[in-house]
Amino acid sequence: MTRRLQTEILVIGGGATGVGIAWDAALRGFDVILVEKRDLTHGTTGRYHGLLHSGGRYVVKDPQSARECIAENRILRRTHPHCIEDTGGFFVVTPEDEGEYPDRFVQACAETGVPCEEIALREAFRREPLLNRRISRVFEVPDGAADSFLATHVTAQAARQAGARILTYHEVTGLLLRGPEGAREVVGARVEDLAGGETLEIHATMTINATGAWAGQIARMAGLTVEVIPGKGVMVAMNHRLVNTVINRCKMPADGDILVPIHTVSVIGTTDVRVPDPEHYGIEPWEVALMLAEGDKLVPGLSRARAVRAWAGVRPLYQEGYTGASREATRQFTLLDHARRDGVQGLLTIIGGKWTTFRLMAEKTVDKACEYLGTRQPCQTATTQVPGAEQGHYWLGHRLHEVEEHELHGDLVCECELVTRAMLENAVYRNPTLTLDDLRRDLRLGMGPCQGGFCTYRAVGILHEMRERAGEAGGEVDRSDWEVAYMQSPAHNRSLPPPSSLPLALSSPNLLLRDFLQERWKGVRPILWGRQLKQEMLDSLIYLSLMNVDHLPDAGLTSPMTAFYEQDAGDVGETEAGV
Amino acid sequence: MFTESWQSVGPSLDECIKCNICTAYCPVAAVTDRFPGPKYAGPQAQRFRENGQPHAPDRSVDYCSGCRVCNEVCPTGVKIAELNARARAQMVAEQGIPLRNRLLGRNELLGKLGSLAPRLANLGLHNHVSRVMAEKVVGIAREAPLPRFSEEGTFGSWMKRTAGERLRSDRKVVYFHGCATMYYEPFVGKATVVVLEHLGYEVIVPPQNCCGLPLLSNGEFGAARRYHEGNLHKLVPYAQQGYEIVGSSTSCTLTLKEEAPELLDMFDEESEELKLAVWDVFEWLRERYRQGELPTDFKPLPMVLPYHPPCQYRAHRVGRPAAELLALIPGLDVRVSTARCCGIAGTYGYKREKYQIGMDVGAELFEFVREQGREVRMTACDSETCRWQLEHGTGLPSRHPIEVLAAAYGLYDLERREPRGV
Ligand SMILES: Cc1cc2nc3c(=O)[nH]c(=O)nc-3n(C[C@H](O)[C@H](O)[C@H](O)COP(=O)(O)OP(=O)(O)OC[C@H]3O[C@@H](n4cnc5c(N)ncnc54)[C@H](O)[C@@H]3O)c2cc1C
Ligand code: SF4
Ligand code: SF4
Repeated sequence: MTRRLQTEILVIGGGATGVGIAWDAALRGFDVILVEKRDLTHGTTGRYHGLLHSGGRYVVKDPQSARECIAENRILRRTHPHCIEDTGGFFVVTPEDEGEYPDRFVQACAETGVPCEEIALREAFRREPLLNRRISRVFEVPDGAADSFLATHVTAQAARQAGARILTYHEVTGLLLRGPEGAREVVGARVEDLAGGETLEIHATMTINATGAWAGQIARMAGLTVEVIPGKGVMVAMNHRLVNTVINRCKMPADGDILVPIHTVSVIGTTDVRVPDPEHYGIEPWEVALMLAEGDKLVPGLSRARAVRAWAGVRPLYQEGYTGASREATRQFTLLDHARRDGVQGLLTIIGGKWTTFRLMAEKTVDKACEYLGTRQPCQTATTQVPGAEQGHYWLGHRLHEVEEHELHGDLVCECELVTRAMLENAVYRNPTLTLDDLRRDLRLGMGPCQGGFCTYRAVGILHEMRERAGEAGGEVDRSDWEVAYMQSPAHNRSLPPPSSLPLALSSPNLLLRDFLQERWKGVRPILWGRQLKQEMLDSLIYLSLMNVDHLPDAGLTSPMTAFYEQDAGDVGETEAGV
Repeated sequence: MFTESWQSVGPSLDECIKCNICTAYCPVAAVTDRFPGPKYAGPQAQRFRENGQPHAPDRSVDYCSGCRVCNEVCPTGVKIAELNARARAQMVAEQGIPLRNRLLGRNELLGKLGSLAPRLANLGLHNHVSRVMAEKVVGIAREAPLPRFSEEGTFGSWMKRTAGERLRSDRKVVYFHGCATMYYEPFVGKATVVVLEHLGYEVIVPPQNCCGLPLLSNGEFGAARRYHEGNLHKLVPYAQQGYEIVGSSTSCTLTLKEEAPELLDMFDEESEELKLAVWDVFEWLRERYRQGELPTDFKPLPMVLPYHPPCQYRAHRVGRPAAELLALIPGLDVRVSTARCCGIAGTYGYKREKYQIGMDVGAELFEFVREQGREVRMTACDSETCRWQLEHGTGLPSRHPIEVLAAAYGLYDLERREPRGV
């Protein structure tokens, strides 16, 4: 049986862009449904570098992007403050970067309105003692670090509060088309509910394709060609904060030239390599080696510090008719009005851009939709705060401070990232959760040095216990009172009574355990040496020898993510090297 | 305060594999819920600390006593106790130092003041009323075993008084006595000097100042740096002339060797020279023994002696040299304790909120002493504050092993704590 839903606007894609559109459109009074095939931020948004751009990176090469970045940077600091850490940023001139670029950079900052101030080296080294002492000039800009998991979740919550329906684990398998060739119209989409196993038809007046690097696949469902340039970027997370300020090389954007301190780690990145498929790509040894070698130029010795993980994301770069190297493609975004471009009504595609500009992209997209649907209200996202904004910017010590103030040491499930039992219970009961990886994105479970070594079995033990108790007291969990905005706050989460019915995540905790171990392994494999190798030895003793997880009950079960996790990042075929 | 150089303690957090062995062994975490343990306070919390945060995120790290059991058991070499000490220093830098900790950190100054009129000072300090006051006003636990100022003059004045009797020799060794010997327990210094002289060494006692450990453990890094610089200035010239510098306080020698340079990020050449020249007195005596230079003309000393190797030996990484040498004394039945810590940990157990924790930590040791039987008359430990705690917890007198050694050579009266024939 196919269930039928009706809406005005159907957004496909639960990354920053899609969720931003749902928020914007709902605030303007439209009826909105958003579908995402996995969890929110499964795509590029959840695999990015973590930088709230000041625009400094683009001032010389792409002034328009720079202007957008600084404007959005200022807005997001007001609307999403708790998703942002105000680290500030440096552009540093290493011995390799001398020449005329630094002066052009200063000039271009002035022209684009990106605040930039040269600071004394002494001051720079005082603030960042590990910085390369051979750096000759340092410019300070208002970069920041941004938590895209939290930002996307709270934006989705804001959209829900404005009436939008957000459906995760709902995959678009086809577009609903009407009309003959030449006068074709998109009237919605066919959607598979991967968790519930049902098929939906969602009828919509306007369908918005916000699937980023997957946008070509959705367009193809309407017989259209959208040539996305998939530019893969590899990042390596170092075990702790080597710096507390975003460090950029002051030169033309290239590989491995930014070090971002975000939460408890510092991330060096990235590469830029064209890949054929946005979902399946490998991490090559040369990419990891290059990141570490470039990192050494910013913080000498970085390559000898402990790396905990490597991952990659795929840039959804789009330039009509462009076939060159992906690094050279524009970072600006493009809004394709398929009615105008291809004569197909009812479909917009928004593509490209940056996380930093997601709000602006959403605004432009909904503006365009209004041209077809009629304007109800002007865009309000630039002045509307999302839930939780009253917390102000987050700071590194925030969680530790809360754990200490409320003496929650004894309740920690993930000790590395300070996740308490109550945080876990709340997320499981109240957030659509299908895998432990979803909980990782919600809570940072398993993101620390042991990469799930100690928290995975604890979390699964708790899930088993919750499962046993479900239905016991029969208390219906009230989803509405859960403040998504506080899901990362140990102090705000209180333990819950067992729910009356079994939440999805509890159907097979053992499956979640296997999936999550596999998922964590995927990101550790590319950096498996030294300390992390020691760690993995211990982790493998715990799981394979002590707990014998290869022979747990439910061995035959699979989740929608099992195949994705099992595909090994190190094994995927060669990719074309970037320029 | 985060990592300033790759040599320093900060980066060692990267070594942690989360095995929890340290937490299982930490004597403080075992007796109080206020301290979540070494793994949490050290390598884990460190990832949440940085320069210029609105404020230090954590407080519980203040409950770490600094005993270094964790460092000893950690299989990967995380400098946990040092991470904790640094975190405390950051708290102190932000919150200011309570008067009490300022006082406890200034052992040397207190010693100097008290020694001006030691009887009066002892009377003034060691009575019920002033101890209650001290607890209320500055937070020093009223029951805590505070030392008494020496009423027979300082160690320095004894050296001056007996200058004519001191041995002159071509073989010379420099003695670092530390504040406790100077002002509270000059007899430990006297015992050390007579033993060193018995080996044929002339003992040089150059001007010196407090090693700075009480300041380090109370988080006053700036003042500690000045002390360490003072000692470099005063002692490095001896090191450069090839003299070895021995100390009878395991904590002072450890500070000179390792704690000060490491915590203060002082990896200059002078600190290195000093580090290489400094020996714990028993480490040095054991070396003489190994070289066949230690006289073994011991008189029998028939008694059971429970001996507690102080925590600092762990960080010295020299084994238990005092236990090895005491074992040479005929008739002496040395029972080496395996208790993790006596609980005092420098000035930790003096503090009102930590006194009971200190006593609970020490219970293991006090119990060990009791188990050795009724004939036990005294205990031994190399570290002064630990001896005071041992006396407090067992009701038995406690001696420095150097006093026991001196007594075995017939040079020292173990009851009266006086060199014989002086
Ligand atoms: C390596 C790298 C580093 C970056 N670093 C930064 C940075 O530091 N700062 C910054 O501002 N920007 C950065 N960016 C850019 C930024 O991450 C992206 O521009 C942004 O996240 C794109 O978001 P999106 O919502 O458009 O796409 P995505 O996040 O990819 O969202 C698309 C979603 O569509 C879903 N989807 C696909 N097919 C279907 C279907 N059939 N049915 C339903 N759903 C579907 C996907 O699962 C996915 O979740 C980086 C990009 C990369 C690649
Ligand atoms: S130094 Fe001692 S008290 Fe402090 S964490 Fe280590 S074992 Fe525990
Ligand atoms: S013993 Fe060492 S490796 Fe193990 S948890 Fe403690 S600090 Fe980490």
